Amino acid sequence: MSITYKGLKEIVGSLVLVEGVKEVKYEELVKIRMPGGEEKMGRVLEASKGKALLQMFEETRGMELKNAEAVFLGETMKIDASMDMMGRIFDGSANPLDGYPNPIGEISLDINGNPMNPYSREFPDDFLQTGISGIDGLNTLVRGQKLPIFSGAGLPHSQIATQIARQAKIKGDFSVVFGAMGITFEESRFFINELKRTGALDRSILFVNTADDPVIERVTLPRLALTTAEYLAFHKGHEVLVILTDMTNYCEALREISAARKEIPGRRGYPGYLYTDLASIYERAGIIKGKPGSITQVPILTMPEDDKTHPIPDLSGYITEGQVMVSRNLHQAGIYPPIDVLNSLSRLKNKGIGEGKTREDHKGWANQIFASYARGQEIRELSVVLGESALSENDKKFLKFASKFEEELLAQGQEEDRNIEETLDIGWKLLKHLPREELKRVKKKEIEKYLDAKED
Amino acid sequence: MMSTNKNPKSKGKEGVITKVSGPLVVAENMEGASIYEVVKVGAEGLSGEVIEMREGVASIQVYEETTGIGPGESVERTGSQLSVVLGPGLLGAIYDGIQRPLDSIHEKAGDFITRGIEVPALSKEKKWLFKPIAKKGDTVTGGDVLGEVKETSAISHKIMVPPSVEDAELTHIEKGEYSIEEPVARIKTEEGEENITMLQVWPIRSPRPIKEKLLPQEPLITGQRVVDAFFPVAKGGTASVPGPFGSGKTVVQHQLAKWSDADVIVFIGCGERGNEMTEVLQEFPELEDPRTGKPLMERTVLIANTSNMPVAAREASIYTGITIAEYFRDMGYKVALMADSTSRWAEALREMSARLEEMPGEEGYPAYLGSKIAAFYERAGYVSCKGKKKREGSLTVIGAVSPPGGDLSEPVTQNSLRTSKVFWSLEDDLANARHFPAISWLNSYSLYTKDLSEFFEKELGKEFKKNRDQAMKILSKEAELEEIVRLVGFEALSGKDKLTMETAKILREDFLMQDAFDEIDTFCPLKKQAKMLKAIIDFYRKGERMLDGNEDVEKVLNLEEKKKIAELKFASK
Repeated sequence: MSITYKGLKEIVGSLVLVEGVKEVKYEELVKIRMPGGEEKMGRVLEASKGKALLQMFEETRGMELKNAEAVFLGETMKIDASMDMMGRIFDGSANPLDGYPNPIGEISLDINGNPMNPYSREFPDDFLQTGISGIDGLNTLVRGQKLPIFSGAGLPHSQIATQIARQAKIKGDFSVVFGAMGITFEESRFFINELKRTGALDRSILFVNTADDPVIERVTLPRLALTTAEYLAFHKGHEVLVILTDMTNYCEALREISAARKEIPGRRGYPGYLYTDLASIYERAGIIKGKPGSITQVPILTMPEDDKTHPIPDLSGYITEGQVMVSRNLHQAGIYPPIDVLNSLSRLKNKGIGEGKTREDHKGWANQIFASYARGQEIRELSVVLGESALSENDKKFLKFASKFEEELLAQGQEEDRNIEETLDIGWKLLKHLPREELKRVKKKEIEKYLDAKED
Repeated sequence: MMSTNKNPKSKGKEGVITKVSGPLVVAENMEGASIYEVVKVGAEGLSGEVIEMREGVASIQVYEETTGIGPGESVERTGSQLSVVLGPGLLGAIYDGIQRPLDSIHEKAGDFITRGIEVPALSKEKKWLFKPIAKKGDTVTGGDVLGEVKETSAISHKIMVPPSVEDAELTHIEKGEYSIEEPVARIKTEEGEENITMLQVWPIRSPRPIKEKLLPQEPLITGQRVVDAFFPVAKGGTASVPGPFGSGKTVVQHQLAKWSDADVIVFIGCGERGNEMTEVLQEFPELEDPRTGKPLMERTVLIANTSNMPVAAREASIYTGITIAEYFRDMGYKVALMADSTSRWAEALREMSARLEEMPGEEGYPAYLGSKIAAFYERAGYVSCKGKKKREGSLTVIGAVSPPGGDLSEPVTQNSLRTSKVFWSLEDDLANARHFPAISWLNSYSLYTKDLSEFFEKELGKEFKKNRDQAMKILSKEAELEEIVRLVGFEALSGKDKLTMETAKILREDFLMQDAFDEIDTFCPLKKQAKMLKAIIDFYRKGERMLDGNEDVEKVLNLEEKKKIAELKFASK
């Protein structure tokens, strides 16, 4: 049930004003038809009596006021989800990018979704193995968690994300939904090729918006990706991993639109509703009580100037369940993956590890490794000031432990898929270098079992 | 949510939508509508509230997503204010921001919250056994207790005369099983006879009336050492807990909700994570109140308006929660309310303000932010309840604040500090060093210490205050000494200073640090706190005496007592 109006009133940036309209709905989709027959999509940002303010999804370049037609489609933005989307690549309007025809939809879903009832949620507590020691061992990812990667420009977050996507292991049907906002052509190629090369593409659905694509699509793209993920998880019972990159570009897009609308800005020019808006994305992770399937989110964001207090990482940190920090220092020291375990945090870690989930020694192990590495780091800083000769014997052992930790436990190949036992065993091997009386966080039983028994 | 029919004439009148912009809807033909009147918007009947009137044009904040709503659709008026329904059945419930039970929504709509759902806040079918206390022929007035209902094994729900009633004769009252809408009593006033049910409806934005406010004199015992011993909050007092993300705000709030010695807890999850509310829902029914041995859920009311739920309902959730809390206070209970987090509520205010195109104050927040925050905290208090018989109740308000970037100079933190009397400063440095609860002993304060000193003296003796002051002195001295150590090293300190440093370390590690996830340490009774503190100060004094007697420093620093102190924490008594 569409209504067509002739002529536009104003075009400012990506905003278009149409007058003389009737029965416009908030968030309704609109098609602008140019005299040449070209069509561009937009949606209603503000509906008032006789007037509709539209946000265009595409460039307004080449649009004119008088001869254009606005077709109000009478419906809000939906995506036609189906299993045929598997292995396919789409743009920010859900049009195929891989040259194949549009898949036939099974069900039409509103891309904004509905908030999950906290009463219906299941608290996430199943271990999800990524095969990366720095995550599995110390900042464990849990099925249904939202754990972002806080990174900086030029750091290998994309590699880490694809490695997680390739290696993630969990019981049941596993699939990956990948949403890329405003990334470069090369980056998008990298993701696609990596997934293709390893065969992971067959169980993935990709949504890609590159830096030269329309800005507004960056705002709708994560919602398309998450709606598709919800379809897979809660209609088809899949365990879905959603990777969104780069949330910073998403927030920039939001700011751009907000500024165009002349809204009162909050901190650093970002709109005041940035928190609410981000929450409407991140909170779509989770598990539903009594139902198979889950959505685990690993959003990537690059912190401007590596600053954790910048509004984007700051507000994200308030919503997500921890963060994996990527460290520039470790990266420069040639360690891959350069995960700063001391500043990273998985809030759900303790619920997802231990007996029956990983291994009974995991908790104590993690505390011990964590404390010892922290001490090693402190001593490292001290030795810079005082010189290594000023250190006690014990101190030197911790210093050595810190380096060994980085080289042997943290560092691993991009193709290396370590299971949790391997990770824990490497850790125990490293702990041998420390004086026995300093191992206060692990139980005696565990020391006997893992530290003494395995002499190889 | 329900509405009081204060202005029945306007009920059913309709306006017409002229503009939709996010949660803000503007409608015309709304002559006579009042500010904060509840309206039903559009064909789906979405709940909303009038927040601005300009002649016949009303600005409405809508509590649900407005996608698909457009100009020309109708706005139906209800003639009443946004209100909560009060009566038996509140305890153990989990509500959204406008008092819709989330379990009923689940039954009706499934796993996701869809729009336009109407569910009753309290069960209308359930029968409660009402036991009268007042007798036929009594003269009763607003606030008097007519009878009670054993709502949960922990709490008996007092059925009170509605606050507006003045001197009436009780003409009928009978024991029996009633649903909340059935009359349990009848009163006769000058205007005639009136039935009284177990249900009261109260507008959320008006504080419930009391006889008078009293000065708080008793601490809220929380079982958290750093709070009870150093920075106590009074029953009926106010506290704010600002902290950057990852500093353990939510854990602190959960700990207080679990272990505080309040009779009733109202916990508002305002714009926070959905999984956190799920955690509370899964955990609380299994945890026992250390005092009564009853499941914690039986004394708890949860309000959950998570960050992805509509923003306008988040603004209302704080008021919904505090009105429920006031209702239990009126029964003479000690109520504690936790709001996590008030920053999200302030952001909801900011969002609505921006859409109304109001002139912004600091950081885009509306200029009236300060007065709104102050008015909210002012609803706390230790009060003499309304009614003829003397009855005292209290409402303690503890608000978490989430300052962006951990920057305490931002408006929400500053305005909260101006009105709340206790400040627990959560700090990143402490959290990074895994010192939990990460409440700074240097920057936090409590303005109640003086008012509460009498109580502490009675409970724990005079020595406790002395020990506490000494401990505080040691801790602040440590901060000074640390500067020196950084320059010249620990070895350069005098014997006494070394002892101070060592004692401060013990205080930090064995007293202030408390493991929320340890079965025993999670809750520390007041007496045990005093004992622990005494043991540490005794160690310090002994060390001092030994040093005065020219004893070797090493010997002092390695006293046997140290080991015992370290074990105290996990000892059961």
